[in-house]
Amino acid sequence: MNRIKNTELERLTFWQKIYLPEIVRGMGITLKQVFEPKFTRQYPEEKWTPEGSYRGRPVLVEEEDGERCVACGLCSRVCPALAIEVQAGETDRNKERYPVKFEINMLRCIFCGFCEEVCPEEAIVMSKDYHLVFQSQEDAILGKEKLLVPISKLRDRLEFLRQYK
Amino acid sequence: MPRIFIDGKEIEAAQGQTVIEAAYANGIQITHFCWHPELTISGNCRMCLVEVGMPKRLPDGNYQNDESGNPVISYFPKLQIACATVVSEGMHIRTKTDSVVHAQEAVMEFFLINHPLDCPICDEAGQCKLQEYAYCHSRGESRFEDEKVHAPKMQSWGPTIMFDAERCIKCSRCIRFAQEIAGQDVLTFVNRGDHVKIELFPGKQFDNPYSMNVIDICPVGALTSKDFRFKSRVWDMSFNDSICPGCARGCNIKIGVRNNEILRIEPRSNPGVNKYWMCDYGRLNTYKNVNDNRITSPMIRWKDGLIQCSWDEAVSKAADLMKKYKPDEIMVLGASRATNEGNYILSKFAREILKTDNIDLISDIDDSFGDDFLKVSDKKPNYKGAFEVGIVPGDSGVSMNNLAENMRFKNIKVLYVMTDLLISHRPLLDELDDLELLIVHAQNNTYLTEKADIIFASSTFAEVEGTFVNIDKRVQHFGPALITAENLRHMGMKMSRLDKFGAPNDRWTQHDLRECLPNWKILMLLAEQFGVKWEYKKANDIFREISANIESFKGMTYELLDEYQGIVLGKADTPAPKINKYVSYVMKPN
Ligand code: SF4
Ligand code: SF4
Ligand code: SF4
Ligand code: SF4
Ligand code: FES
Repeated sequence: MNRIKNTELERLTFWQKIYLPEIVRGMGITLKQVFEPKFTRQYPEEKWTPEGSYRGRPVLVEEEDGERCVACGLCSRVCPALAIEVQAGETDRNKERYPVKFEINMLRCIFCGFCEEVCPEEAIVMSKDYHLVFQSQEDAILGKEKLLVPISKLRDRLEFLRQYK
Repeated sequence: MPRIFIDGKEIEAAQGQTVIEAAYANGIQITHFCWHPELTISGNCRMCLVEVGMPKRLPDGNYQNDESGNPVISYFPKLQIACATVVSEGMHIRTKTDSVVHAQEAVMEFFLINHPLDCPICDEAGQCKLQEYAYCHSRGESRFEDEKVHAPKMQSWGPTIMFDAERCIKCSRCIRFAQEIAGQDVLTFVNRGDHVKIELFPGKQFDNPYSMNVIDICPVGALTSKDFRFKSRVWDMSFNDSICPGCARGCNIKIGVRNNEILRIEPRSNPGVNKYWMCDYGRLNTYKNVNDNRITSPMIRWKDGLIQCSWDEAVSKAADLMKKYKPDEIMVLGASRATNEGNYILSKFAREILKTDNIDLISDIDDSFGDDFLKVSDKKPNYKGAFEVGIVPGDSGVSMNNLAENMRFKNIKVLYVMTDLLISHRPLLDELDDLELLIVHAQNNTYLTEKADIIFASSTFAEVEGTFVNIDKRVQHFGPALITAENLRHMGMKMSRLDKFGAPNDRWTQHDLRECLPNWKILMLLAEQFGVKWEYKKANDIFREISANIESFKGMTYELLDEYQGIVLGKADTPAPKINKYVSYVMKPN
């Protein structure tokens, strides 16, 4: 017959086996923590600023002369959750097309970052915005006015992409 | 008939055929840009390079065999273009050897040197031959580091077409189309080398009735449609097969749909009807009435106005009113724009239930519309079919010839119109006020619906399954491309990705679901009010009855019609042989 060796039980010392002293030791550790410095963050009063590598809600990059997006629809195509809808239109600017409508349904988005990865214009990037609260389903569909973010606020992420993408 | 071998596969080619023609006729693909089956050979793109060899002959004229007795093939040291090499007995062609693959990669690299690679803003992306070949037949990287040659973008070639000179790969298909098919010779090459460019002759426009076909045959996105420009990406649309309702030619088409709206129409090749083409009228005008100005539910007249009502209310009201009249006071009009199935049921309804002989059909002939290529002056898609399935006045019946005067003298008090607009027959429109009851199947708000007492919302050609008979008596089958409340279950999975997977809280699925029905379903509901219960479940049930009862349709089934891309009336036993179709791009748009 096979006998299993080196079981949990066999590894315990005598003092561990009689159980009570270990309880006391554990409570000692707990007691010690009461006097240690505290790390709890008082969110939402106290906010956390993530690093550039953080994948918050996807936003559109806005430059001085408007959005970078050319409404190619690749983000919409690659999005596994079908969160993005893009409708292209014609513009006089050199790039010919721009998004007449660009909507991300944040109830669908799973923050995978595929849209950012596929975008040929680096026009959609993951921001640091994780504070997403909506009152209704309609509110959760963000249009261009909510998605466009000035490029100056996205430097961290763009730098991160430049280095690691 | 020369026997040739393509990659070892033996093929019976026709005398004088080129290698690429023989290959396509046998379902073998050879890469190409400039060759098109309906255009002359230009041989400029070099994408179709293959290895060509002939059996080796000994000095005495006999074939040289190797040890195992097979003929020894000696291949030409340089590759040949398959589009301009004519087959000959015993020819061997290799399309997959290293040297061929190398040549394809080199040609692709050359094409991509000056190509702007602006797929993100190009309407062709997703069905572009250059994109497709870049995936399948190219190294995937360029060794070219200098500045690309730039050329003007966004040039207008006329009312329908935009030209982007940078994307053009100079295949000359558009030039040849303009010369050979459209007969409007206004395009040409200018300059040389990598500065060669397509240009319009000074002061000229490319604006013939078939101009937009160059958009389909242009292998890249150099030529795009002004009408469609940026409306949608192709992978977001569904493309279901249909028949153009623009005239009696019955060109085969594909209907591009997103969010239950037709965004564009493109030709579908049918060697027996429209080959690879269609006219701009069919492409640009036939879909507008499907998208806009629709009657979306049944309506009845109520105190000088029309109000929406349920189907039950509409048919019971119609039946109650119709029962008050004698059979010969009722006139029934079929429709040359409706399917055979609808017209057949209408004829059955008139003869078996109303028991009237007064049934006829309005033709819509416009001699200024027809030409000597595709367009014909009969502007309705199914006049021949409606006639064939029984929309003909009975022996003593009122016909189109005397309908107006019978209406004026109140012999005809009830007019039942199935989707016709009566526009092509003005005298009738003037007599409408003499009627006591006007019932119409309608798709759009028109003058006729303003006068109607009861309106049944009828589905358009893009929402039903059925058959049309074209000018050459060819019966062609087509299916729906749009969703209505009635066909939702059946159509759901045939729609595009976005339409399929949308949820109620997605804005991109917010199209309205029209409460319209195919004509035969409306008539079935109405027949029930007269105490007759018909058991048709789908259009196919009716077509089976048609082919059982009507001599010229004998032996036809939807499957057979699909297989042969339409069969001429009376020829179900001996249909014209199938021709292997050439499809200009392989990547399916959805
Ligand atoms: S992939 Fe980029 S450029 Fe294309 S539509 Fe999305 S955000 Fe715009
Ligand atoms: S992060 Fe992912 S799920 Fe969210 S919009 Fe982009 S692709 Fe879609
Ligand atoms: S415009 Fe298109 S069809 Fe015409 S030569 Fe250029 S690539 Fe060919
Ligand atoms: S020729 Fe007639 S059937 Fe063909 S596309 Fe034009 S209108 Fe439609
Ligand atoms: S297809 Fe043969 S050279 Fe272009």
